[in-house]
Amino acid sequence: MNDFNYSRFVDIGQAVDDLTKKNYAKPIAGGTNLLDLMKYRVENPHYLLDVNRLPYREIVEASNGGLRLGAMVTNADTAYHSLVEKNYPLLSKAILSGASAQLRNAATNGGNLMQRTRCYYFYDTATPCNKREPGSGCSAFGGFNRIHAILGTSDTCIATHPSDMCVALAALDAEIVVQGGEGERRIPILEFHRLPGDTPQKDNHLKSNEIITFIDLPAETYNQNFAYIKVRDRPSYAFALVSVAAAMKLTDNRIENIRVALGGVSHKPWRLPQVEEKFVGKEANNENFEQLAEELLDGAQGFGDNDFKIKLAHKTIIRALNEARTL
Amino acid sequence: MDTAYIGKSRKRVDGVKKVTGSATYAGEFKPEGLVHGYVVNSTIANGKIVAIHTGKAKMIDGVLDIFTHENLPDDVRQNVDYTDPLSPPGHPFRPLYNDQVLYNGQPIALVVAESFELARYAAGLVEVEYLAEECTTDIKKNMGNATTEGVEDTAPDRGNAELSYANAAVKIDVEYSQPRHYHNPMEPHVSIAEWNAKTQSFKIYDKVQGVNSSQEYICGIFNLDTENVQILSPYVGGGFGSGLRPQYQLFLAAMAARELQRPVKVSLTRRQMFSFGHRPACIQQLQMGASKEGKLKSIIHKAYGETSKFEKYNETIVDWSGMMYQCDNVKLEYRLIPVNVYTPMDMRAPGGATGMFALECAMDELAIKANIDPLEFRLLNYADKDQNEDKPFSSKELRECYRQAASHFGWYNRHTKTQIKDDSILVGYGMATGCWEAMQQKSSAKAVLTSSGKLVVSSSTADIGTGTYTVMSQIAGDTLGIAMEEITFQLGDTSLPKAPIEGGSWTVSSVGSAVKAVCNHLKKQLIDLAKVNVDEDLDHVNYDEVSCTDGTLLFPNGTLINMSTLLLTAGLDSIEAENALEPEVRQEQYSSYAHSCVMVEVHVDKDLGMITVPRVTSAIAGGRIINPKTAESQILGAITWGIGMALEEEGMIDDRSGRIMNANLAEYHMAVHADVQQLNVLFVEEHDDIVNPLGAKGLGEIGIVGVASAIANAVFDASGKRVRNLPITLDKLLE
Ligand SMILES: Cc1cc2nc3c(=O)[nH]c(=O)nc-3n(C[C@H](O)[C@H](O)[C@H](O)COP(=O)(O)OP(=O)(O)OC[C@H]3O[C@@H](n4cnc5c(N)ncnc54)[C@H](O)[C@@H]3O)c2cc1C
Ligand code: SF4
Repeated sequence: MNDFNYSRFVDIGQAVDDLTKKNYAKPIAGGTNLLDLMKYRVENPHYLLDVNRLPYREIVEASNGGLRLGAMVTNADTAYHSLVEKNYPLLSKAILSGASAQLRNAATNGGNLMQRTRCYYFYDTATPCNKREPGSGCSAFGGFNRIHAILGTSDTCIATHPSDMCVALAALDAEIVVQGGEGERRIPILEFHRLPGDTPQKDNHLKSNEIITFIDLPAETYNQNFAYIKVRDRPSYAFALVSVAAAMKLTDNRIENIRVALGGVSHKPWRLPQVEEKFVGKEANNENFEQLAEELLDGAQGFGDNDFKIKLAHKTIIRALNEARTL
Repeated sequence: MDTAYIGKSRKRVDGVKKVTGSATYAGEFKPEGLVHGYVVNSTIANGKIVAIHTGKAKMIDGVLDIFTHENLPDDVRQNVDYTDPLSPPGHPFRPLYNDQVLYNGQPIALVVAESFELARYAAGLVEVEYLAEECTTDIKKNMGNATTEGVEDTAPDRGNAELSYANAAVKIDVEYSQPRHYHNPMEPHVSIAEWNAKTQSFKIYDKVQGVNSSQEYICGIFNLDTENVQILSPYVGGGFGSGLRPQYQLFLAAMAARELQRPVKVSLTRRQMFSFGHRPACIQQLQMGASKEGKLKSIIHKAYGETSKFEKYNETIVDWSGMMYQCDNVKLEYRLIPVNVYTPMDMRAPGGATGMFALECAMDELAIKANIDPLEFRLLNYADKDQNEDKPFSSKELRECYRQAASHFGWYNRHTKTQIKDDSILVGYGMATGCWEAMQQKSSAKAVLTSSGKLVVSSSTADIGTGTYTVMSQIAGDTLGIAMEEITFQLGDTSLPKAPIEGGSWTVSSVGSAVKAVCNHLKKQLIDLAKVNVDEDLDHVNYDEVSCTDGTLLFPNGTLINMSTLLLTAGLDSIEAENALEPEVRQEQYSSYAHSCVMVEVHVDKDLGMITVPRVTSAIAGGRIINPKTAESQILGAITWGIGMALEEEGMIDDRSGRIMNANLAEYHMAVHADVQQLNVLFVEEHDDIVNPLGAKGLGEIGIVGVASAIANAVFDASGKRVRNLPITLDKLLE
């Protein structure tokens, strides 16, 4: 681990100011990802800005009927919050399928959005990795890529975003509120994370001097027909090989609205609203679900070890949609 | 034997210390002036170090020195004896010896600084230039390089296995494989070395499964006598075999302490816990034939095990196939495949967990092909003697294990239940036999009884979490009739009477027998004292006729003599006895094994392939069970590990770099609490007067043997898919 300076903030203005001015400064929240990365020397910030005391530590009802989640609320407090459990059970379920109880007690909502990939090579500075060291190459090609992406990959990086929470946020159409040098900005969840393209070092569109302050959940709740299915290597704790967040509004088994987001398959939570729209008005049945899965996975490509994910993702989508329908 | 304690469940005598943090583990001692070493490991698997740049690191305030192959002390380099009692054939690895890199993760420098954090930081500033050569780590790709050189003989072939295989009515020809497994005890390896320049001696706290093996290793390297090397290891946070051989942190701490004249601590990180021995990857081929009635006609078992390029690590993998079942035609073969990894090491039930995995899956395959219930098939081929050695068993209650497991588990009506649950879940049942050697080693112990009634018993053995402290106190307590509260057992110190390393499940049988013997010896001395000091009428009494309870000798004529009073009467503060116990010669006429029957239920998600294990029953015949509580604990832990072995564990070495890519406990999956559901342990009564004076067979390893096969067999029962390469991950079940 490197030498670093540490300071704690209660004022967002000052925090953003430091983030802007200091050379290689990074926010730290729960530290469950950043500290590991520092120990492995993958991240070597000179300044750690502790954001835990910033005033974004609550969950409050929004005037539009939605819910506002503070970025520094822990994953555990979010998942067990009565309004989240009641109105956004999909989010609760997704969070609780992630990590372990101990980790969820420390991990924050902001940190969860920003957590980095679990690609083995990214964590090992002795191996080439374009995300860690642009231009050095991607070891996952021809290496261990069982946990890697099948959608939206590029020839520089096939890493996935590992979060469970973000998959549910994607299905729920959450918005990320951030504060930066130029003030506040709102980023729809689907535009927050990005595909690797030829700049895999960038996981998302957050600017280097911005801090996440809130996650806004829209008033639309999807607490009737929803499912979160996570397929992983062991029940205790493991990242998703494939996960599916599905939410529907049904009238007499006819689809009024449908949302399907996939985790573990891409550099970002994978959701295609244009595909979903085609199924509005259709019957919620296996045939249509099959069709939807097919279209969602259009263009999926495996890299050897992860070939199985294409079929697995298909089956998981069907399972999730059926569970959501019959809930 | 009077049994106030033996056979009774007792809490660990060190339990309170452990849960309150007052048990001091090797890495927790703080000698005055302690400094810290951090290891730099190689990032290539094969080649040469061209240069190590330590300039930047040395400039850091608080860094004391950096040791590399370039400044290793001459006397240490010139010394050729780096062997330890368990060194396999070949040349033991010598840390910092020269510029050659033999495996990825090899220690190539030690940075010593005033604090651990500084040492770690500075270690990150050390830059190394290599001349890398090609490496290879995949045994499958290297089957062509399989060798018999340095390979121990297997049990002899018998009959004509090939011919009887060709003629068999029912047969299978299958290949199984398993990946590398890493021990990962909770407590990482650590050594704290203190050098006394005046007396030219070491005092070292080491995390190890046997202090005497660390002592022998250090004496060899530094050319010292055993009196000048004291190794201490009072508590060990798990070993599983990883502490059977001394590891590189021991050498580095000792060398640096001597050079710097300061106590040095070197502890390994979790990642570094993947930088030495492991259970080797293995490929096994089995051809087995049976008659239509289900009588085994032929077994041909070949195994290909992984080893390093510098040592030939041997396991007993195929011999089990010649011993487990009655079969007149057996052919066994074992080869090693050297690749660019560190030498593999014993890991819980070494060879047995591996060999029995393949054999017990193959037995299932053959049973199903012959259309015979897998349990019936095993009973049809039950071995009443050890055909490998042509000897009777000293005891073998395996039939009873089968019977009790089957009845507890509901084996015979398992398929009357529906095998589909909730539409998407397939239910399956599987079983396997387990087996592990019951061994006794030469061992010594000492006992001191004071006039205040306190008994101190000691031996240099270890307690790797198995309960040695407790069990030895129970044995001593019963033998001398002294309350456990009055007994202290000491271990983990080379100044104590010598015991073998704690491995092979032989500690209870070896050290326990020595403890019993030395306590009996003490009892005789007490009786002799009584004869002289108390009552001459007792002269004709035989030792055996005297019993001990509550700190009192009870003579056949009814005379009661309190031991403390006796010592005071004789004017003694204490008496003591010490002896070394060897296994009895008659043991050689018998084969001794612990046995088990494992039955499991699995649930398989039929679309998504996810597997869970809701239920495991393990019936164990392990001779006399000294402490059912610690015994059950051993089996529970071992079953849990077996679940991991079956479904999760895999050390992933990238063949291009020879580097392990999942060297942490997030990505190296093993079974933890939420992966384990109902585990049932049954101990089957088994009397054995031959195996050792205690009649106990040892339980540290038997519990894992067979678990992976029972699970694999159950997965087949549920899904119709035979996965022959471990771990059985869900992708292997999606056609
Ligand atoms: C063993 C293990 C298993 C896990 N399993 C799962 C799993 O199954 N599913 C899952 O979803 N996750 C899993 N996780 C990941 C875990 O959810 C994340 O580590 C956690 O959410 C990160 O939150 P944190 O507050 O600790 O972030 P930190 O580690 O403090 O920070 C992470 C990153 O976010 C940045 N950051 C933090 N807060 C802000 C902010 N407010 N604004 C801008 N940037 C910010 C930091 O600079 C840093 O780059 C696992 C983690 C571990 C260690
Ligand atoms: S997949 Fe991405 S993160 Fe992984 S090695 Fe390649 S570039 Fe690095």
